[in-house]
Amino acid sequence: MSKVKIINGNEAAALGAKISRVQVVAAYPITPQSKIPETLVKYVDSGEMKAEFIRVESEHSAMTVCISASTVGARVFTATAANGLAYMHEQLHWAAGARLPIVMALANRGLGAPWTIFNDMQDSISQRDTGWMQVYCRDNQEIIDSIIMGYKITEQLHVPMMVCFDGFVLSHTVMPVEIPDQDQVDAFLPPYVPHLQVDGPEPININPVMLADPRVNAEGVDCPSYMGFRLRLQETLESAGDVILKVGQEFGEIFGRDYGCLLWEYRTDGADIILLSMGSLANEASLAVDQLRDKGYKAGVVALRVFRPFPAEPLRAALSDAKHVVIFDKNISYGNEGATCTETKAALFEGDERPVITNYIVGLGGKNVSFADLEAATLKALKRKGQMNGPHWLGVAV
Amino acid sequence: MVAKKDPFISACATLERGEAGRTGDWRAKRPIIDLSKCTPCKKQKDTCYLCWLYCPDGTINRGIPVEIDLEYCKGCGICAQVCPAKAITMEDEEDLLLKECAILNETEAGGEES
Repeated sequence: MSKVKIINGNEAAALGAKISRVQVVAAYPITPQSKIPETLVKYVDSGEMKAEFIRVESEHSAMTVCISASTVGARVFTATAANGLAYMHEQLHWAAGARLPIVMALANRGLGAPWTIFNDMQDSISQRDTGWMQVYCRDNQEIIDSIIMGYKITEQLHVPMMVCFDGFVLSHTVMPVEIPDQDQVDAFLPPYVPHLQVDGPEPININPVMLADPRVNAEGVDCPSYMGFRLRLQETLESAGDVILKVGQEFGEIFGRDYGCLLWEYRTDGADIILLSMGSLANEASLAVDQLRDKGYKAGVVALRVFRPFPAEPLRAALSDAKHVVIFDKNISYGNEGATCTETKAALFEGDERPVITNYIVGLGGKNVSFADLEAATLKALKRKGQMNGPHWLGVAV
Repeated sequence: MVAKKDPFISACATLERGEAGRTGDWRAKRPIIDLSKCTPCKKQKDTCYLCWLYCPDGTINRGIPVEIDLEYCKGCGICAQVCPAKAITMEDEEDLLLKECAILNETEAGGEES
């Protein structure tokens, strides 16, 4: 039987790894996710979790250990944030390029310098082109569920996944979370079978130099080219949305919480004003929408639950009736605008009628964003009909 | 679901000589061994072999005489640097090829005449 526990986001992530029967954990402490490896160490130490916890000297090494363990057939898990994720960068490309189904919990935190330990999404957005899938959680229940689903998705696609959730806002906030029944998870999630068997009789050279063009190897066998591998990764991510939907629906049938969607929508029926965001900010936006609806505005929320692969088609459909889209980004692509704004605009380019778009940069370095802030910002955008000269920074003046 | 045998998922190669192709044609300088100076050849016993030890591509054999596999030697010159007897010199590959072509042409021309 499943049971409800009052836990924070980090505990939900650790439980997600445990209940997914992760076999190797390699992680390095960094605020605000340190509680995840701390909790997992306790599980391993007490024998509750049959896994190896490998202590490493850095996040770069953490990811390297995960890559090695995943290559030889272990289900692996790690967690990090901010500068720790940035330190992993090189190995993130390697993990995706080697097509390893690693699931990583990411407690979103702003990057230094100057130092901040508090929440924004600059860390994970900066890693969007590494070939990893990225999902963003709105609450602690989504964290545990996304990790369990994450293994099923990644092990089918051979593509790693970051399960992102807002540092402190979720990582350190307790709320009721339904912990799925272990037997049901075992039935949902079969053991991991690696794509490449490395324990055969003959030694093999993994991920050697690939030349630009296909060539014949020493045994006279045709070998693929580097660009072919890159194309296949792209094709797999293009088709990943279908797998994410299917696994989300199956999860819903077993556990009663349906994730058969790449977007999360709230009161979008007949809405011509859409507040668009990701993560816990979407829940805050839903409160703003309630206020706006009370005042007669036809407003709704669209949240990108999955950011990679980018759900361009569902997003076009969700925004097809929108006259004005207000996009709240907890990140900034310096010299341009918020990442979800750019990508939403690109997705809408093919549409016949394009809505007015206003981009707000919000909540960097943990600056609190209340539903009242989101409501006021939306009203301001509507009043100015989007004419705001680039991204507008909410609640800051310099 | 991705097919298990898709060759574009897991990049791998067998551990074979020449797995990365015939890398000898990358060479700009060719190592030439003067066997009259080479220690194992001079002493007629298994000794020294520093060139074999240091060759990053494993193209040098550990025998008498020491031989370099020019199909795969990339011409890095480490062997020439480490040789304590200074028996290995790096010579310009293009010049050597031109000379070899000239010899080949002469031989062929000679063949036609007779």
